Amino acid sequence: MATNLTVEVVSPEKRVWSGEAKMISARTLEGDIGVLPGHAPLLGVLADGMVSIKVADGTSQEFNIHGGFISVSNNRVSILGESTD
Amino acid sequence: MGAQLRVYRRRMRSVKATKKITKAMELISASRIVKAQQRVAASSPYANELTRAVTAVASLSSTNHPLTTPSETPRRAAVLIITADRGMAGAYSNAAIKEGDQLITALRERGLATEAYLVGRKAVNYYRFRGRKIAGSWTGFSDNPNYAHAKEVSEALIAAFIADAETVETGVDELHIVYTQFKSMITQIPEARRMLPLEVVESDAPAGLLPMYEFEPNAAEVLNSLLPRYIEARVFNAMLQSAASEHAARRRAMKSATDNADELIKSLTRLANAARQAEITQEISEIVGGADALASASAGSE
Repeated sequence: MATNLTVEVVSPEKRVWSGEAKMISARTLEGDIGVLPGHAPLLGVLADGMVSIKVADGTSQEFNIHGGFISVSNNRVSILGESTD
Repeated sequence: MGAQLRVYRRRMRSVKATKKITKAMELISASRIVKAQQRVAASSPYANELTRAVTAVASLSSTNHPLTTPSETPRRAAVLIITADRGMAGAYSNAAIKEGDQLITALRERGLATEAYLVGRKAVNYYRFRGRKIAGSWTGFSDNPNYAHAKEVSEALIAAFIADAETVETGVDELHIVYTQFKSMITQIPEARRMLPLEVVESDAPAGLLPMYEFEPNAAEVLNSLLPRYIEARVFNAMLQSAASEHAARRRAMKSATDNADELIKSLTRLANAARQAEITQEISEIVGGADALASASAGSE
């Protein structure tokens, strides 16, 4: 698919990371989910743990998220974390 | 040097020393406003995303969550007032406290008892001096709050809100916040807002139709963990704006203090000059008078 996901990782104090990505995998309270472009709108509570992002340029990014959420709509993904590192 | 002149000189020295202090405080505040503003800006993506998400859940799901449904018979309301720890900021703290008083009066008219939660030493002192009851207070971070502070305050508020107001002495049905909105470098407005029960009509929330979200694990669960975060983000944002406003108010107060000191120094300099001139004139006339007296005395003896 040609389109990418526009991803933002934000913490209360600042925007931690933003960019284009091919895929995101995260762990919600119910289990692991993967988000690809074209995913249905989703609002999920994240379990504490790693969120990994496959960046469009082929590299990958990992964030340790505590007390976080993921929201997906129209290929826009926001990952909110109370603490991210 | 005459006594008068010495008095003027001494006053000038003291005013000059004061001016140095106020000037320094003005410059410090000016540099901190920028930093505080940047922190407000940096926190807004998170707050906006949360607002969006909360709006989505609250408006799309039919779940009745205690945090979103107003109590039919509200008894008590909590009022969180955010002020400064230190003075020297003009009317900044007082304006917020007064706004809080107005809100409390309005709530009382509706028949609600109020619980005061205070941030900043100024509000605490104000309440303590008047012997008013304080439900909770936090001090020591008003000019540079971080998220942990906001979390601490929010936890106390949410705990009070969740407790049943009918049975628990400290439980509240409504939650209000009074803070100082940072409009610009010159305008800061004390503002009272209701945080809970939720009214999700944020003007800064992105407009447009909200997509039909799927909730993971389910809407109630999402709302459960989303709302405390939302309150924390709101409190944090209010604290950051208040901090920026505090610096702006202090800068303005210190600027006018510096200007006044300048004025005072100018008029004191004039007075001192006049006193010096008068002294010289008097000395001259004394000398001339003395010389005249000598001349006429010696003329008379010959």
